[in-house]
Amino acid sequence: MIEIRDLHKSFGSLEVLKGIDFGVERGEVVCVIGPSGSGKSTLLRCINLLEQPTSGKVRIGDDEVTDPDVDIDAIRRRIGMVFQQFNLFPHLTVTENVTIAQRRVLRRSRSEAERVAAENLARVGLADKAQAYPAQLSGGQQQRAAIARALAMGPELMLFDEPTSSLDPEIVGDVLAVMRGLAQDGMTMIVVTHEMSFAREVADRVVFMDDGVILEEGPAERVIGSPVQDRTRRFLARVLDPAAAELS
Amino acid sequence: MVRHEARVGRRLTRRRRGQLVRAGQYTLLAAAVLALALLANWERIGEAFFDVDVIRELFPEIITVALKNTVLYTLCAFAFGLVLGLVIALMRLSPVAAYRALAIVYIEFFRGVPALLVLIGFGYGIPIALNTELPGGTLGTITVALGLVAAAYMAETFRAGIQAVPKGQMEAARSLGMSHGRALVSIVIPQAFRIILPPLTNELVLLTKDSSLVYLLGVTLPTRELAKFGRDSLNQYVSMTPILIAGLAYLIITVPLGYVVRRLEAQQAKAR
Repeated sequence: MIEIRDLHKSFGSLEVLKGIDFGVERGEVVCVIGPSGSGKSTLLRCINLLEQPTSGKVRIGDDEVTDPDVDIDAIRRRIGMVFQQFNLFPHLTVTENVTIAQRRVLRRSRSEAERVAAENLARVGLADKAQAYPAQLSGGQQQRAAIARALAMGPELMLFDEPTSSLDPEIVGDVLAVMRGLAQDGMTMIVVTHEMSFAREVADRVVFMDDGVILEEGPAERVIGSPVQDRTRRFLARVLDPAAAELS
Repeated sequence: MVRHEARVGRRLTRRRRGQLVRAGQYTLLAAAVLALALLANWERIGEAFFDVDVIRELFPEIITVALKNTVLYTLCAFAFGLVLGLVIALMRLSPVAAYRALAIVYIEFFRGVPALLVLIGFGYGIPIALNTELPGGTLGTITVALGLVAAAYMAETFRAGIQAVPKGQMEAARSLGMSHGRALVSIVIPQAFRIILPPLTNELVLLTKDSSLVYLLGVTLPTRELAKFGRDSLNQYVSMTPILIAGLAYLIITVPLGYVVRRLEAQQAKAR
């Protein structure tokens, strides 16, 4: 469904992606892990062109995202994105957050958009917060509202950019539960995350990135459970047991 | 030992010194008020500044004509400036270099020249040079002239407001498939508007006062606003009273606006 060939991205003289080849099948859940600064988020943002790749190709279905003649707005409609900072629209209620793009982009009627919004808010467990403003919600609720907003567009693919990294540890579980449900429903997902247990449990495949390249990829159990690369092993040791890594 | 000497040498403690300074200040204030109350010719002052007969004469025109016109000129110029200012701000942020340059030239020009000169330019300069007048008479001229000046200030305010909206808002809107323009209109500008409401209200206060410049255009009886009305009445009644009342009428507009600004700022401080 997604095919990425020799993707490079530089910010000025800093090369963040140094030739990525990567593919995702329909219905697959891929978790991208790696140290910060390794290019995980940039890779994700190149897929829906929030960052313009310096070179290389990105294909989604039959569309070449990197083709300058392509209608990127039309492609983005089919890709949901969830951000680390939620990025809910603070001047709109939760329902309006979920309906605005349906109405303005998909041209759905108000009643149709609100029906879809109610459905998706129920799906993420926020039916009772439909009329609240983002500032009145906890971080975990905001992130679930952001997921509902993306889902309401009926995406073929969901991109998650460290969706739980700015949440209190005790509410991370709510967001992960919603994501787990999505995966079970067969949604194609790419998740940049530091939640190793989530990756292990939900991901069909785990990709380890370091310094702008994919160092290792494979089934979650193998990459996380018994990594081949020394660099992956060191990273996982530190992430899975920070205290122990400190001592060694 | 040295420290001990320093304490003794100062003699006055800090608290004592503060008490003395405050006492001195209050004494001075009381003396000034007392002198004013005893020495001033209150009868004379009352007649000149607060002549009840003159005040009676001023009504109802000061409200139905003067205050109405001040508000009308201000609102028209503000609306014109608001729309134009938003357009200039978007040009200033445009990826097209020529638009950015145009916007910068516009802002620098209309921020740099006095509003008075712009008003004369539109009231007399253009009619003479092109042998044509702006439509709408006095109202049309002041709307355009003051609106052009206000637009320059508001453009900079808008730009700052738009840039103050976090980048993630635009990214979230674009990732939902909205075009750049749609994202600006539906997501970024409404938020920018909230941020700049206090400075915009200040601009409205400034415009209220600048609307007095309309006297330059040679206004007729029904187009007089507060300042001109006060001045005409000053000549008519040979009294300071109309000026004072006109000034109070401005305060009726500007003080509540100032209150609104403080409320909005307090609200924003809380929201953050």
